[in-house]
Amino acid sequence: MIEVKNLHKSFGDAHILKGINTAFEKGKTNLIIGQSGSGKTVFLKCLLGLFNYEQGSIAYDGKIFSKLSEDEKRDIRAQIGMVFQGSALFDSMTIEENVMFPLKMFTKQSKSEMQDRVDFVLKRVNLADAHKKMPSEASGGMQKRVAIARAIVNKPKYLFCDEPNSGLDPKTSIVIDDLIKEITEEYQITTVINSHDMNSVMQIGEKIVFLKNGYKEWEGSRYDIFKTDNKAVTDFVYSSELFKKVRQMYLEERG
Amino acid sequence: MLYLHYLGTYFLMIAEMFKKPTKWSVMKQLILKEIDDLIIGSLGIVAFISFFVGGVVTIQTALNIDNPLIPKNLVGFATRQSIILEFAPTFMSIIMAGKVGSFITSSIGTMRVTEQIDALEVMGINSLNYLVFPKFISLMLYPFVISISMFLGILGGLAACVYGGYASMGDYIEGVQLDFTPFHMAYAFIKTLIFAFILATVPSYHGYYMKGGALEVGKASTTSFVWTSVVIIVLNYLLTQLLLS
Ligand SMILES: Nc1ncnc2c1ncn2[C@@H]1O[C@H](COP(=O)(O)OP(=O)(O)OP(=O)(O)O)[C@@H](O)[C@H]1O
Ligand SMILES: [Mg+2]
Repeated sequence: MIEVKNLHKSFGDAHILKGINTAFEKGKTNLIIGQSGSGKTVFLKCLLGLFNYEQGSIAYDGKIFSKLSEDEKRDIRAQIGMVFQGSALFDSMTIEENVMFPLKMFTKQSKSEMQDRVDFVLKRVNLADAHKKMPSEASGGMQKRVAIARAIVNKPKYLFCDEPNSGLDPKTSIVIDDLIKEITEEYQITTVINSHDMNSVMQIGEKIVFLKNGYKEWEGSRYDIFKTDNKAVTDFVYSSELFKKVRQMYLEERG
Repeated sequence: MLYLHYLGTYFLMIAEMFKKPTKWSVMKQLILKEIDDLIIGSLGIVAFISFFVGGVVTIQTALNIDNPLIPKNLVGFATRQSIILEFAPTFMSIIMAGKVGSFITSSIGTMRVTEQIDALEVMGINSLNYLVFPKFISLMLYPFVISISMFLGILGGLAACVYGGYASMGDYIEGVQLDFTPFHMAYAFIKTLIFAFILATVPSYHGYYMKGGALEVGKASTTSFVWTSVVIIVLNYLLTQLLLS
């Protein structure tokens, strides 16, 4: 469980986050949606402690992050898996070494145990035969999937994904979404995903937070999003004809 | 004021580098890799430059003391002094600031702009220890590089001296052994170790704290080279004043 209270963040004069209050529950897939430039990445980086913020507090399972000692912070961070928007793979290591890295750093597993785990997660992201490639030799979508594999390999307690399926084809996208939802439930992870992919919203959005102009404009589940009359949300979510139709059908079905 | 801030950040970086050490099994690999990149990878260029500059120093000296009253062994003596005292420790370090320094800045800088450093930090890894400490340790082998530079510089001098017919091999070798002051060796290696520390940390600082994208990585490498050279030259002056006068 992660609780965010009154979070403010600016870069110089640009006030990006203007007091966000929300909470992300364990075992659920939490989505943050909003237009490009609305501050999703900044919000996520504040959660991770990569950005300092002027005001507000962030609590990990009741512990206020900014008040922890450096050691306690690192303990929490060792349980965090993060997928960066640009993948952020270590380019001096092969794909396999990238995925193995958190295991090497934080576990005492033997080489073969680590290898088994790496094989297993690489298979789950559909990369069973890319072990020895360097990140620079992989396509953008492959890099994304390696980043996801690296984030989940050590069974994190908190999982953050910044647009995990941008750059993936629809089919792989669904595989990744399902994978994230599955492991979130299986290991009771607190998962926070940035997305502007409406497929993901409909498929896995158990809690959706909509950011606009630095404020939390709306929050609710994927079922609520069909029913809401919040104009900002409907304008954003139902900007495509396809989703307009889906919504219409859903509402007609329900009467 | 701003420079004071930079200086403060630099020293904080050095302190941070020793905290929260990375697992030894991982660190060992990192150190070996850095030794390969920074030390072994520099030997070729160091050997090449030292040998030929040693030769040139000898030729210049021989041509400038073309007086029958001055003993022939002075050529070897002068070459030895300039190579051991200044050329190998100081000027080789400036060349290394270009080779090793810009490599360090651009590799750390690239990791900064592609968020790889953030990825390390998010995992709870002390990224300064992970990235800078192995470079610092491997550059503790830098005196070894400089010894090779000294040896080859003097050897290059010998070759040029005999080949050009300025003095006999015997005279040259006698000159090299003339009036040897062991403290000069100590002075040279004290300098070398301090320059090694500068070579590891100043370029790392410029890479680690850079902001921006790929273009800025290039700029940071240039700035890093300028500052590393400036710091080496200033410290060289201070150390020489302190140790030799
Ligand atoms: N390091 C930074 N320095 C200054 N401004 C920044 C920085 N990072 C982000 N911003 C600004 O903050 C705003 C929000 O950016 P952010 O990256 O969070 O958007 P986003 O919602 O993630 O967009 P996208 O969907 O395109 O990834 C933008 O206006 C951006 O210019
Ligand atoms: Mg973003």
